[in-house]
Amino acid sequence: MAYVSIADKDHEQHMHDPQSFITKYIWSQDHKVIAIQYALVAIFVGLIAMGLSVMMRLQLGFPEWATFITPEEYYQYVTMHGMIMVIYLLTALFLGGFGNYLIPLQLGARDMVFPYMNMLSFWVYLLSVIVLLISFFIPDGPTGAGWTLYPPQAISEGTPGDGGGIVFMLASLSLFIVAFTMGGLNYVTTVLQARTRGMTLMRMPLSIWGIFVATILGLLAFPALLVAAIMMLLDRVIGTSFFMPAMLTLGETSEFSGGSPILFQHLFWFFGHPEVYIVALPAFGMVSDVLATHARKNIFGYRMMVWAIVGIGALSFVVWAHHMYVSGMNPYFGFFFATTTLIIAVPTALKVYNWVLTLWKGDLRLTVPMLFAIGFIFTFTHGGLTGLFLGNVTVDLPLSDTYFVVGHFHMVMGVSPVLVLFAAIYHWYPKITGRMFNNTLGTIHFWFTLLGTYAIYLPMHYIGFLGVPRRYYANGTMDIVDESVQLQNAGMSVAAIIVALTQLIFLFNMIWSLKYGKKAPGNPWGGTTLEWQTPQTPAAHGNWGENLPEVHRWAYDFSVPGAEKDFTPQNEPASDGVPVGRDHGVNH
Amino acid sequence: MAIAIALILLVVWSLFFHFASPWYLTPIASNWGMIDTTIDITFVVTGIVFVAVNLFMAYCIIKFRHKKGKQQKAEYEPENTKLEVWLTVITTIGIAAMLAPGLIVWNDFVNPPQDAVEVEVVGQQWHWSFRLPGEDGQLGNVDVRYMSKSNPFGIDSEDPAGLDDILIGDSSTLHLPINQPTKVLLRSKDVLHDFAVPQFRIKMDLVPGMVTYAWFTPTKTGTYDILCEELCGISHHAMRGKVIVDEPSDYQTWLQEQVTFADLQNRPKGDPELGKTNFAICAACHGQNGEGMQVLNAPKLTGQEPLYLKRQLQYWKKGIRGASEGDIYGATMTPLMVTLPDQASIDNVVAYIESLPSEPAEKTISGDISTGRYIYSTCSACHGADGKGIWSMNAPALADMTDWYLARQLKNYKDGIRGKHPGDPYGYQMNMMVDILPDEKAINDVIAYINTL
Repeated sequence: MAYVSIADKDHEQHMHDPQSFITKYIWSQDHKVIAIQYALVAIFVGLIAMGLSVMMRLQLGFPEWATFITPEEYYQYVTMHGMIMVIYLLTALFLGGFGNYLIPLQLGARDMVFPYMNMLSFWVYLLSVIVLLISFFIPDGPTGAGWTLYPPQAISEGTPGDGGGIVFMLASLSLFIVAFTMGGLNYVTTVLQARTRGMTLMRMPLSIWGIFVATILGLLAFPALLVAAIMMLLDRVIGTSFFMPAMLTLGETSEFSGGSPILFQHLFWFFGHPEVYIVALPAFGMVSDVLATHARKNIFGYRMMVWAIVGIGALSFVVWAHHMYVSGMNPYFGFFFATTTLIIAVPTALKVYNWVLTLWKGDLRLTVPMLFAIGFIFTFTHGGLTGLFLGNVTVDLPLSDTYFVVGHFHMVMGVSPVLVLFAAIYHWYPKITGRMFNNTLGTIHFWFTLLGTYAIYLPMHYIGFLGVPRRYYANGTMDIVDESVQLQNAGMSVAAIIVALTQLIFLFNMIWSLKYGKKAPGNPWGGTTLEWQTPQTPAAHGNWGENLPEVHRWAYDFSVPGAEKDFTPQNEPASDGVPVGRDHGVNH
Repeated sequence: MAIAIALILLVVWSLFFHFASPWYLTPIASNWGMIDTTIDITFVVTGIVFVAVNLFMAYCIIKFRHKKGKQQKAEYEPENTKLEVWLTVITTIGIAAMLAPGLIVWNDFVNPPQDAVEVEVVGQQWHWSFRLPGEDGQLGNVDVRYMSKSNPFGIDSEDPAGLDDILIGDSSTLHLPINQPTKVLLRSKDVLHDFAVPQFRIKMDLVPGMVTYAWFTPTKTGTYDILCEELCGISHHAMRGKVIVDEPSDYQTWLQEQVTFADLQNRPKGDPELGKTNFAICAACHGQNGEGMQVLNAPKLTGQEPLYLKRQLQYWKKGIRGASEGDIYGATMTPLMVTLPDQASIDNVVAYIESLPSEPAEKTISGDISTGRYIYSTCSACHGADGKGIWSMNAPALADMTDWYLARQLKNYKDGIRGKHPGDPYGYQMNMMVDILPDEKAINDVIAYINTL
C-alpha cells in the first residue's frame, strides 16, 4: 500500500469525542488532558521532594535544633528528594507534561497517534508514584541508599530501608520505565508520522526538537536502568550475585560472591548521564521558543540549534563514566571520558551563545516567562561552566563527592530546568487554561526564586573547594572546617526555606488565576507556532476544528522585514503579501 | 531593566564572593600542586566566559528592551555563519586549554612512581584500618572468608608473605613518612567507601571484591583527616580516620611499636586462672561475679564483648579514658591500672571475666519505650537489633548491661567527657551519634527500650 501521511488522511479520522465527565477528565485519551494529569501529579510529588529538601536543610543548617531528624531519616530524605526530582518531577513534567501538550499542538496534529497507549502511560506513571510513596509508610521507611542506589549498600545492612524501601523503589522505577516507554514510543511516532502538511522536520519549533531527541535518548537509556533495577531486585530477593561481592555483614561473611558493584554503576550512569539531557534538551528547546517569542526575534542560528540538540544527544551516550572518575574503575578510562565530556561543552556553549544572540537587536518584552528564560541563561551558564571543572578528570579529583558537586548539579540540573519549567508554565498558561496569570505574583515568584537559589548554591561550591563532603548528616569536627562553614550552612538553609515558601506564591497564582485571571486571548504573546493559532482557547478536542492547519514557513518568522505585524504565524501563506522569511525547510 | 541590573550585580557579587569568601582550596600538603594549577586554569577560562556572557546579556537587555511608546522592531537575522564559526573555534580553543593540562596531570596520577611505597587502606562500616607490607615488602593474600575476630583483616595464614604484615587495627590512624611517594591500595570489607584526604587533593573509592589505588607524596608534616566520601550507610558521616605525616625518625619510632600479623596470631590466649588473681581487685567494686555495683559506680563487666573490654583497659592504661576533666568515676580506674601491667595481664583478666556467668543487670531506668525503639533504630546499625553488640563494628553490648552506666556514658559522650581523645576513634563516633539524643528524656527512652531487649 502506498504511504499516505496522517495529515492527508485527516478526513478519515474519527475523533471519538468524549461523552461523560469520566472519559473527558479521568480516563481521558486527549493529549491535553493527559498532559495536565501528568503535570499535576509531577508537581504534587515535586512539592513532597521540596519538603524533603527543607528537612535536609534544617538538619544541615540547625543541627542543634533539628534533633528530631535521625541519620536514617536524613539519608532517606537525600535519596527520595533526588530520585523524585530527577525522575518523577523533571522527566515526567517535561516529557509527560509538556511533551504531551506541545507535540500535537505545535505539529498541527489532532492528537497523539496512539491515544489509548498515551492514557495507559499516565496511569502506569501514577501507579509508579503510588508505589514510591507507599515506601514512606512501611516500617523501615523508604530507601536511604542515595538516589544513585549503589550496591552493595543499597541492599545491605546499615542502610535505611534495605529491607522494604529499596524493593519499592526498584519496583516503582520499573513501572516508571514502562510508563515512559509507552509515552515515549508515542511521542517519537507522532513527531515522525503526524506532522501536518508543510511541517518539515527543519520547520519544527525547537521545543519539539528538544522533546523529540530527549525521548529517543530516554528510549535508549531507560532500558539500562530497567535491567539494573531488575538485577538488583534479584540480588535482593532471591540472592543472586550480579552486583554483590563476597563481603562482611554484621561480623559474618555474606552469602554473596563474585558480583561487581561497578557493573551497576556503569549501567546506572549509562542511563543516568543521558537522563541529564532527557531533562535538559526539552528545556533547551522550550526556552528557545520562549526567548524568541518574547524577544520578537527569530531564534539565532536555528540550524545550529537543531544540530546541537542532535549532537549533544548523541554525545551524551559516550560520557557516562565521568560520574565514575574516582569509582575505582580502570583509571585509564579517565582520558577517554574527560575528552568526550569536554567536547560536549562545545555544542552546549554554542546554544548559550545563540540564546544570548537572539536577544541582540531584539525588541525585548520583559514578561514573566521572559524573566524566567533570562534567569535560566544565567543559571545554566553558571552550572555549565562548573561542569567543566567536574568533567575534567584531574580537576574532578579534589572536587568529586564534595559540596561542589551538589552546587554544580543543582544549578545545572535543578534550578535551570525548573526555571524553564516556570517560564514554560507562565508562557503556555493562557493557552492551557484560557486565563492570564497574575503578573505581580509571577514577578515576585521570579525574583525570590532566582536570587534565593543563587544564595543557596553559590556558597556551596566554595565549601566544596574546602573539601567538605556531601551526604554528611553532620560535619562534626573536621580539620578543614571552622565555624564559618556552619554559619554559611545556616544561611543557605534560610535561603532554601525562603525559596520553598516562594513556590507557594506560584501555586496560589496558578489556582487563583484559573478562576479570577483575566480571560486570555488566543495568542497573547504574538506567537508564530501553531498552538497559538487554534480556533478555540483552550484548544478543543481534536485541536483544529474542521481543517488541519497547513504550514508555509519556519517557526521563527518574527519581525520579518516588510511584514505588517512583528510575527507571522507558521500557517500564514506567502501569497497574501506577506513575505516568507529565511526558510530552511523547503527548497524554493 | 531590573533584570539587567540584577545580572550585573550577580556577576559582581560572584566575583566578589570568589575573592573575598573565606572558603577556598584547603592548603595543600602533597605533591599534587599541579591539580591546583589545573583548577586555576579552569577558573580563568570559565570565569572569562561567565562574565562575558552575562554582561553581554545585560547589555542586550538594557539596549534592546521594549520601551513604551517607542516604535521598535527586532532585526531579522536568522544566521550568521561567520560569527558562528568564530564562536565555535574560540570555544574549542578554550576547551582544549583546560583539557590538555588535565590529561597530562591525570597521566601522572594513573602511573605511580617506581619507588612508591605501598600501604593498604582497609575500609569497613564505619572504620578505617591499615596494613603495611612488613620487611619482605609484600602484602599477604586476603579474602573475606578468612575474616574473624582473631583475623579481622582476613589474611591468609598459609601465605608466608602475610606473616610480617604490620596491622594497624583499631587506632584509625595511619602514619606516613614525609616526602615518601606512597601508593595506597584500597580495599573494602563490605560496601563502597572512599578514601579522601582534602589536603592531599586525592580520593578514590574502595570497592569490595577488588583493589583500587591512588598515590601521593606527603610534603608537610601534620595530622590530616581521612574522610569517607562515598555514602556507606547511616554512619557514613562518622567514618573518620587520621593520617599523620612524620619526619622519618618519628615514623620509625611509630613503626617499631606496631604489631605484625604473626605477633597477633602467636599471642597466647588469656588464661582465666591467672586472670582470677588480678580480678580480686576489680571485684572490690565490680562485684565477685563482675555483676557491677551501682553504689560504687562500677558497671557490669560480664556479658560484654571481650575485644571491647580489652580496648577499654588499654585506653585507661594509655590515659585515653579516665583522664578528661569531669570524668570523676573514670578517674578512679586510672590508679588501679597498675595491677594490670601488660597486655598479657589484660588478656588474662578479660579471659576470667569471660568465664564468669552473666545474669541480666537490674533495670533502674524507665522511659517511653516506643520513642526509645524509634531512636534505637539508629543505634542498632552498630550495636545490633538485639543490643548484644557486633564485634566487627567495634560496638559493645548494651542489652542486659547496667543501664545507669549506659545513661552516664551517653551523657559523657554528649558533654564531650568521653570520645574527644584523639586515641579513641570509636568514641568519637559516639560523640557524633549522640546528636540524636537531645536531652535526658531521650537518653532514658532509648535505655528503656534497650531494657526490653
